[in-house]
Amino acid sequence: MKKAILWAPLAMFLIFAAMVAGKLYAPGDSSIVSHMVGKPLPAFALPAGMPDRPGLANTDFAKGKPRLLNIFASWCVPCAAEAPQLVELRKAGVEIDAIAIRDRPEDIAEFLKRYGDPYARIGSDANSSVQVAMGSSGVPESFVIDGQGIIRHQHIGDIRPENVPDILAAIRAAQ
Amino acid sequence: MIAEIGLAALWLAAALAALQFVFGAIALYQRDMTMLRGVRAVAVVQALLTATAFAALILVFLRTDLSVSLVAANSHVAKPWLYKFAGTWGNHEGSMLMWVTILALAGGAVALFERRLEDRTLIATLAAQATIGLGFYAFLLFASNPFDRLDPAPAQGNGLNPLLQDPGLAFHPPTLYVGYVGLSIAFSFAVGALVTRDVGAAFARAMRPWVLAAWIFLTLGITAGSYWAYYELGWGGWWFWDPVENASLMPWLAATALLHSVTVLATRDGLRAWTVMLAVVAFSMSMIGTFLVRSGILTSVHSFAVDPRRGAFILALLAIYIGGALALFALRVGTVREGSRFDMVSREGSLVANNLLLSAILGIVLIGTLYPLGIEALTGGKLSVGPPYFNAAAGPLALILVVVMAAGPLLRWRRDELRALARRLAVPAIVAVLALVIVLAVLPRAHLLPSLGLILAAGVAVASVAPLWKRNLRRTPLFTWGMVIAHLGIAVSLAGMASESAFTQETLVAARPGEVHGVGPFAVRFEGVEPVAGPNWTALEATLTATRGTGAPMEMRPQARAFWAPPTETNEAAIRTLWDGQLYTVLGKQAEDGRWQLRLWWKPFVTLIWAGGALVAIGGALSLLGRLLRDRRAAQRGKEWWE
Repeated sequence: MKKAILWAPLAMFLIFAAMVAGKLYAPGDSSIVSHMVGKPLPAFALPAGMPDRPGLANTDFAKGKPRLLNIFASWCVPCAAEAPQLVELRKAGVEIDAIAIRDRPEDIAEFLKRYGDPYARIGSDANSSVQVAMGSSGVPESFVIDGQGIIRHQHIGDIRPENVPDILAAIRAAQ
Repeated sequence: MIAEIGLAALWLAAALAALQFVFGAIALYQRDMTMLRGVRAVAVVQALLTATAFAALILVFLRTDLSVSLVAANSHVAKPWLYKFAGTWGNHEGSMLMWVTILALAGGAVALFERRLEDRTLIATLAAQATIGLGFYAFLLFASNPFDRLDPAPAQGNGLNPLLQDPGLAFHPPTLYVGYVGLSIAFSFAVGALVTRDVGAAFARAMRPWVLAAWIFLTLGITAGSYWAYYELGWGGWWFWDPVENASLMPWLAATALLHSVTVLATRDGLRAWTVMLAVVAFSMSMIGTFLVRSGILTSVHSFAVDPRRGAFILALLAIYIGGALALFALRVGTVREGSRFDMVSREGSLVANNLLLSAILGIVLIGTLYPLGIEALTGGKLSVGPPYFNAAAGPLALILVVVMAAGPLLRWRRDELRALARRLAVPAIVAVLALVIVLAVLPRAHLLPSLGLILAAGVAVASVAPLWKRNLRRTPLFTWGMVIAHLGIAVSLAGMASESAFTQETLVAARPGEVHGVGPFAVRFEGVEPVAGPNWTALEATLTATRGTGAPMEMRPQARAFWAPPTETNEAAIRTLWDGQLYTVLGKQAEDGRWQLRLWWKPFVTLIWAGGALVAIGGALSLLGRLLRDRRAAQRGKEWWE
């Protein structure tokens, strides 16, 4: 009996090692899947964020083709950091709409002039109400919406160069 | 060229580690103790070579040699020199090289200075240390080469995570690593003693200063890390039960237990198997912590981007070293003679209680840290374990431990009387009762744990200096002073934690320039926000004027910083330290209507947390100094190893 107890620490360590080995070889996807994924967009109709293009409503999405919805703000530094990736996605043929959070038309115009303008439509969400309804807690965030207006993918934080293939894959999967 | 010298030194060091192991094994097998000098020399040269490699990496970072891919990925030409220097270990490969460097230096130090350990055990210890080194050299050379070149070299470099662009980075990781990896000595001592079956009082006396030294650095590193998180992350908290904090706490808990059990072994030749076990566990916890962080299995602010193959490599090393040591323990410890016996009510008894409580807390922290992994493996569910679990589970045990800590030093070795102990604890108990009355009067509705913390801190502070009572202070040994100061430090730190949790006041407001908001006893006037620029960042800086009563106004300037390489935003809290606490202010975002978010905290006596931590480390240092001085006096009567 006493002998067996001496082996207990080794046994405990081996269980731990087996557990983390499993985790290493089947690396779980550490992203937290949003509860909004798989659900239709909430109903909203936002006024235009800039005078040169229309505002944004949930009905703009249920038109048969997947679109990327980017939540951004001209005052947000990571949004500027992700702008080149959005431009690249636009060049790859992705249709991109935006919701601008607590922003002003002249600031948005300045931002787009500086960092590139990939957006077809821009809705202005002056009090973050649509953002909250989308289950988004900050800027920037991006959603892939399929042709039926269902949210298929959520990307929290800025889109980095290494995330571009994931976004493209999510768009293709939503076809 | 410098990078190539570094790489060559690393290869040579790996070869010497192999040699050190082979020499050691031959010496043990042939019982040829004349090889000890050779093994010692190899260990010292190996340490110098690894230090050379590390120095080469520091030089490459200081010169921002962007043809080295590690520098290109983690540094930037525009970075201030201090962060270029500290950036050497602000990344995966560099931090692993630092880890190995400390491992080799620790082995070299044992080879140079250890004279009391029996020759056979010393050879086995150095061979064990070389074996650990060998695996980690292989890891660096084959899976994480810090000296890889990049062709063509980029013009600028990516930059360092802005959270790491803080003077704390120059100090916190090296201190913690010296502590973590210093525990490797205890591990190698334990393995060496198991191999030669030499577990006894002499072994414990030889091991104690090494454990004490590593523990001092670990204590300093954790204290500094806690303060760094407190002011740099801008959340106003000082401990978050983040997996990596836990990874540093677990070796500390094990090392603290070891420090006390090794005293029982050294003084009374008891707790032999248990002490050896703790020595193995302490460094195993360091390695598991390194693995959990460096493999990306647990994510936290401390992780660097990683490759799963590296995780598999470190896991394999862990399986060999920890698995091997535990198997050796199971095979050999049965043949180690049982040590001497003692009563429950005795100094030994209280040290056993200390060990059991520390181990239980260690178990609680370990389970809490690994629980999300287990749940994900079993059910696929995702969750995180936070303060509600850790505080509720570990808090009460920690308070009991503090009581034991107060009583332990007042007990005699071997056997004592409960009634005598009660007499010695009378004064501390009276102080605790007074504290209880004050807490009930001032804070009738305070939470249980913080109130108990305050009451116990008062009693324990008195009890911890009680061992000096009626002693001739000038003839009291330095290590007794060390113990008293370390225990007092725990009481001071406990008082800080309890005070922070019971009395902190917080104000979160959206303010316009010119407005005055109150927090605790302060009136804080929001003067306005101005842009400022640093070497590689721009910031919005608020000016606040805080006044307490009729006191002089204090100006505070919290910042919201935006770094451009890589683009990240951080909050730089403005903290004003006063004799009775800290005023902590953070500037948040600007709302659309032009108002600014301000977070203001008044944290009475929060600084005691870290002052207590520093006292604990100072106590450890005094104790170490006392032991070394006594050894030197003893050694002057004996013979030195080189004579």
